[in-house]
Amino acid sequence: MIVKEFRELVRDRRTVGLLVGLPLILLVVFGYAANFYVDHVHAAVVGPQAEQVAAALPDFFDVTTVDPAGTEQHARDLLRDNRVDVAFVADTDVTALVDGSNLFAAQSIVGALNGMGDTVSTEVLYNPDLTTSWVMIPAIIGLILTFIGTIVTSIGLVREREAGTLEQLAVMPIKPSTVILGKITPYFIVASIDMVVVTVLGMLLFDVPFNGNVLTFALGAAIFLFVVLGIGVFISTISQTAGQAIQTAFFFLLPQILLSGMIFPLDAMAPGVRWIGYLLPLTYFTMISQGVMLRGAGIDSLWPAFLVLAVMATVVFTAATLRFRRDLAPERRPRRRGTHAGATSGGAA
Amino acid sequence: MSFGLDAVTVSFGATRALRDVSVEVAAGTVVAVVGGDGAGKTTLLRTLVREVAPDSGTVSAPPKADLGFLPASSGSWAALTVAQNVDFAGGVYGLAGPELDARRAALLDAAGLTDAADRLASQLSGGMRRKLGFLMAIVHTPELVVLDEPSTGVDPVSRVDLWRLVSETAAAGAAVIMSTTYLDEAERAGHLVVLDDGHVLVQGSYDEVRAAFAGVVTRADAAVRPAWSWRRGRDRHEYWPDGDAPAGRDVVEPDLEDIVIALSLSRRADTVVAG
Repeated sequence: MIVKEFRELVRDRRTVGLLVGLPLILLVVFGYAANFYVDHVHAAVVGPQAEQVAAALPDFFDVTTVDPAGTEQHARDLLRDNRVDVAFVADTDVTALVDGSNLFAAQSIVGALNGMGDTVSTEVLYNPDLTTSWVMIPAIIGLILTFIGTIVTSIGLVREREAGTLEQLAVMPIKPSTVILGKITPYFIVASIDMVVVTVLGMLLFDVPFNGNVLTFALGAAIFLFVVLGIGVFISTISQTAGQAIQTAFFFLLPQILLSGMIFPLDAMAPGVRWIGYLLPLTYFTMISQGVMLRGAGIDSLWPAFLVLAVMATVVFTAATLRFRRDLAPERRPRRRGTHAGATSGGAA
Repeated sequence: MSFGLDAVTVSFGATRALRDVSVEVAAGTVVAVVGGDGAGKTTLLRTLVREVAPDSGTVSAPPKADLGFLPASSGSWAALTVAQNVDFAGGVYGLAGPELDARRAALLDAAGLTDAADRLASQLSGGMRRKLGFLMAIVHTPELVVLDEPSTGVDPVSRVDLWRLVSETAAAGAAVIMSTTYLDEAERAGHLVVLDDGHVLVQGSYDEVRAAFAGVVTRADAAVRPAWSWRRGRDRHEYWPDGDAPAGRDVVEPDLEDIVIALSLSRRADTVVAG
């Protein structure tokens, strides 16, 4: 029995991959990424006393902008556009405006400012009470979309393969693109409804604000959905059973949860691990959802995240659909020399 | 109008699934493809419906809109009702409205599935599911109907129903080709194709296949040459390709099962000699 089990296990490469890869991922993540403490933050100093205040700030504050002509509105714009974590308005008094949407950085900043005594008054923007749920819910919306897009979609597609109905569809006069569109559209709609429900519930139950433009948020969600649906379609093309699809989707899902900045702040991760986070679509959706909902940010400041997601959507979705089309249209596979001759007009394959 | 394969060879990696196979399926006839596991039956059918591309040879088949296919799996969507399955297939082939309603009603009535119209396909018996799959394959009255083992796992009563539907479809003018492991069933087809290891051992009507069969088959309690024998009930049948059975052996009139096994043994023996 033991020998039989080992023989089966060796032939099940995915399970072996899970058994070997998962501990390594967890080791790396928790060793290098699991850190809630942010040891330096980006800061801007504006106002007439900007030069002096910037010079007096401790090293914890990485001052990237010093603008003696800048106003408080300028400081707020820098925070809204996520260009800095804290902005000091240095006039007759010094006021620190803190970006509360970046929870762990904000907590570190508030701690550091408290250590500086009464010289600086502090105002936390976007999340005044530094409530965890306000930051988590925009990210969880992305996680739900990821779950539906990858696991549910891939299972739905693989079920066709398991039941043999994919073969049936391949013989029917439907274009592969129509099959793909027909298969993913319901998941797209269900995921969109889920997103609206979770967003509204988050606002009602946890008082999460929605300060930005709904259309900007919807556009980001739609592009992100194409990425995760593409991943789901791709998973279905490399899986023969629902079990395999779930196993493979797990490989995609776990890094998104741990390394997208949803739980552990990207700024607190070791650089060797942080770059993985920047390869994950959820990282960029979280930037958009937190930016729009909490900071009221617009496309003018969030465009880099939109651009990365759009590129990901194009690459992933194209690759996945091309692979799926190959399953549905075997005559496209280039290796045969035989011919399919149509016996009646238009029958040539 | 006829369809089929002409000198078709298909490989999967190093494995030759079909070797120089030619089969013609004429309108109004039923062609039965028989052979053991791995003989190439499914590959032949999947090549005909363009699911598999041939290495060489020519495949003649109508466009997809005039092709009906029942795969070896159920051929229907488990979470849809019987009527919804037929409607989906009909819709794909361009049927709609009153035309689809009439066609659905006629098909369900012919298959005895009218009372099950609102049942989920997953709740049907094996025979009913195969009948449903068959209805979906012919909903658009295709020119060529390809059925992969439509009666495997189906009870005898449902098999009779299925055969009636298949015969009616051919009688209406369609060219029908089906694979089967039931040789008694295959004998009823107008044209037989016997496959073994990707080769066509013999083809023609049942009478032609019997007439072309050379050698004799004997029946006894024990075989003289076990490698050339097979069990039939309590007896062992034995094939003598050159007709040189020992005197006193009980010679039997071979049925299709005897012929298929005898020809397979003969081909394998030739392969060993040639190798």
